[in-house]
Amino acid sequence: MTITAHPTMPVENYGSPMKRIVVLGATSGIALEVQRRLARDGRELLLVARSPQRLAEVQADLLVRGARQVVTYSANLGSIPQHAGVFEFARRTFPDFDTVLLAYGSMYDQKEVETSVDLLLDELQVNFVSATAILTLFAADLERRNMGCIAAITSVAGDRGRRSNYVYGSAKGGLTLFLQGLRSRLHPAGVRVITVKPGPVQTPMTDHLSNSSRFADPEAVARDIVRALEQRAPEVLYTPRIWRYVMSVVRHIPETIFKRLAF
Amino acid sequence: MTGHSAAVSKQQTRTPHFTKRVRSWGCYPTAANHYVHKPAWNDQIPLILGSSSSESLLAYGLGRSYGDSCLNTGRELIDCRRLNRILGFDEQTGTVRCEAGVSFSDLIDVFLPRGWFLTVTPGTRFVTIGGAIANDVHGKNHHCAGTFGAHVRQIGLYRANDGLVICNQDDNPNMLRATIGGLGLTGVIAWADIQMKPVAGPWMDVEKIPFQSLQGFLDLSRESNESFEYTVAWLDCFAGRNLRGIFFRGNHAAAAGRLYRRERGPKVPFPLPSWLLNRYSVKLLNQAYYKIHSARNGVSTEGFDSFFYPLDSIRRWNLLYGKRGFLQYQCVIPETNVAAFEELLDRIARSGMGSFLGVLKQFGAAQPAGMLSFPRPGLTLALDFPMRGERTLQLLGSLDEIVLQSGGALYPAKDARMSSKMFDASFPNWRSFVPFIDPKMSSSFWRRVTEPR
Repeated sequence: MTITAHPTMPVENYGSPMKRIVVLGATSGIALEVQRRLARDGRELLLVARSPQRLAEVQADLLVRGARQVVTYSANLGSIPQHAGVFEFARRTFPDFDTVLLAYGSMYDQKEVETSVDLLLDELQVNFVSATAILTLFAADLERRNMGCIAAITSVAGDRGRRSNYVYGSAKGGLTLFLQGLRSRLHPAGVRVITVKPGPVQTPMTDHLSNSSRFADPEAVARDIVRALEQRAPEVLYTPRIWRYVMSVVRHIPETIFKRLAF
Repeated sequence: MTGHSAAVSKQQTRTPHFTKRVRSWGCYPTAANHYVHKPAWNDQIPLILGSSSSESLLAYGLGRSYGDSCLNTGRELIDCRRLNRILGFDEQTGTVRCEAGVSFSDLIDVFLPRGWFLTVTPGTRFVTIGGAIANDVHGKNHHCAGTFGAHVRQIGLYRANDGLVICNQDDNPNMLRATIGGLGLTGVIAWADIQMKPVAGPWMDVEKIPFQSLQGFLDLSRESNESFEYTVAWLDCFAGRNLRGIFFRGNHAAAAGRLYRRERGPKVPFPLPSWLLNRYSVKLLNQAYYKIHSARNGVSTEGFDSFFYPLDSIRRWNLLYGKRGFLQYQCVIPETNVAAFEELLDRIARSGMGSFLGVLKQFGAAQPAGMLSFPRPGLTLALDFPMRGERTLQLLGSLDEIVLQSGGALYPAKDARMSSKMFDASFPNWRSFVPFIDPKMSSSFWRRVTEPR
């Protein structure tokens, strides 16, 4: 017996123009949930991630769940020389893509990055350097076409440097600033730029943290992200929403006090 | 970048592994520490199997087993909930291939709108495919559809020494029969091909009939098994020899019907004080339930959720029994032995310890799909007992005697306490199952019932 995936299309688009989405880091914990929601709405997806085997599994799943089309491309997004290939493939298969979601990231144990410069550079490379590099390629294309939306997952950790997580935080904080400037630059072209700042989420990236069972559910985070993509949420999205208030307090604690806080 | 390649290889070989307190649905035995793997991809399973010591692993799904058959105290669990991808669907045959952690709830959400439903479903939608296979679960249609395992066409099973083993009727048929109902001991299920069935829509034609004796139940059941796909009864276990209950029978409605919306019910926020459910409050609840349903008897159309999954409307209802938890007792007794069944009910009624949720069902004569399948021809009773220490265990022990004498059996998925003698009597051929156990797998339940005492 052969078993094939098949497309069906229960479409519920909320009048959003979003049709073709490129996901960079399609096998990350949050991306998986976002993609399921997009599939259920009958969208078309181009998935980029490292492992061809895992991409094939995700592709099959999304097709059964209703995605109209799912194309995959295997690349290591942390490696900038591979970006041109990713971008060319996206242009060729989805010449009129309208949404780009950057969802990959890595987090090492803070204690390890404090003692290993290699790991430190790798964390900055993956979360900041490579992310800004690939977004620059896609931004130029959307700007030229005067349409679309770029969304990238940063983190509440980027709002303030904390002793327990400042390397990851600085990379994500850098990405947040980059997106802020990009938003302003692309505004005249009508391209929306969404900064997604999740609090801690239960994904494979955070399993090693001791209190991970109390983290947010990736499904809830994905729901908020899809809302933002559909223009039903602010362009700077804190998810779950409580983090907007928590972080506005955290940002305002005077540095003389903050440096003494052990979190 | 050198740093990057080092990090990449680290990420691919790391199988994360954390100490967590895990409990089963009955909250008895109390939560114990396990080392938990949380794979997100099937390709990580061989790494976990390869890096663990012998008799150390057990796959874990949504934790709906009541006792210790889903636990592996002090050893390792593989949390399969992230392995929840549907890998394909054949619209001609209605066969779906999914990973072990796909839940019935998810399958319903994806396939019911397209006119497909689960061929066999237990009383909750929050179970995984892996758990349903490992326990060879049954439902209200056992008399015409058999168990869930009868609709499993093929299984891809990771085994520590053999890699991925494909099991179906032609290849490794014995491994297939061992894995169905095999309590997760034969390996880790990578994926399974499941037969779905076509339905017109989400609605059920349901009939409720009160009955006042065991004979009344048997008559209703025999009469209904011909023309109704689903039959089950709720039982007031406080009524003793003056047995009473409500008989439910139903079929899928023939028309798609109006739009269906799933209602989200309340959630039990924390373990409630355990004195809340006592013999008086439960007696009242049972009386109220009987009165309400016997007043509303007759034919009606209801949504599939309230027919198949009434308890799912209260999320985490297991916490109603408090921190000490509860034990569910599910046995099957041959139909020729109605007297033993009456004795059982009488013993429960006299103890005053039974609870609100008594369920009675007549199993059909289907051949068991697995080597250790529980369902067999006879009457099955499932009943919750709040854990009240030694006297609860003593009562259940005395029920065991009746079941043993009658030639019946107990259901491992519900059990936290049966003796090895009881297990031996329930599954006399368990020794022929032993060669199929994967050397890396074990469970608290298995060690308890097979290790000589």
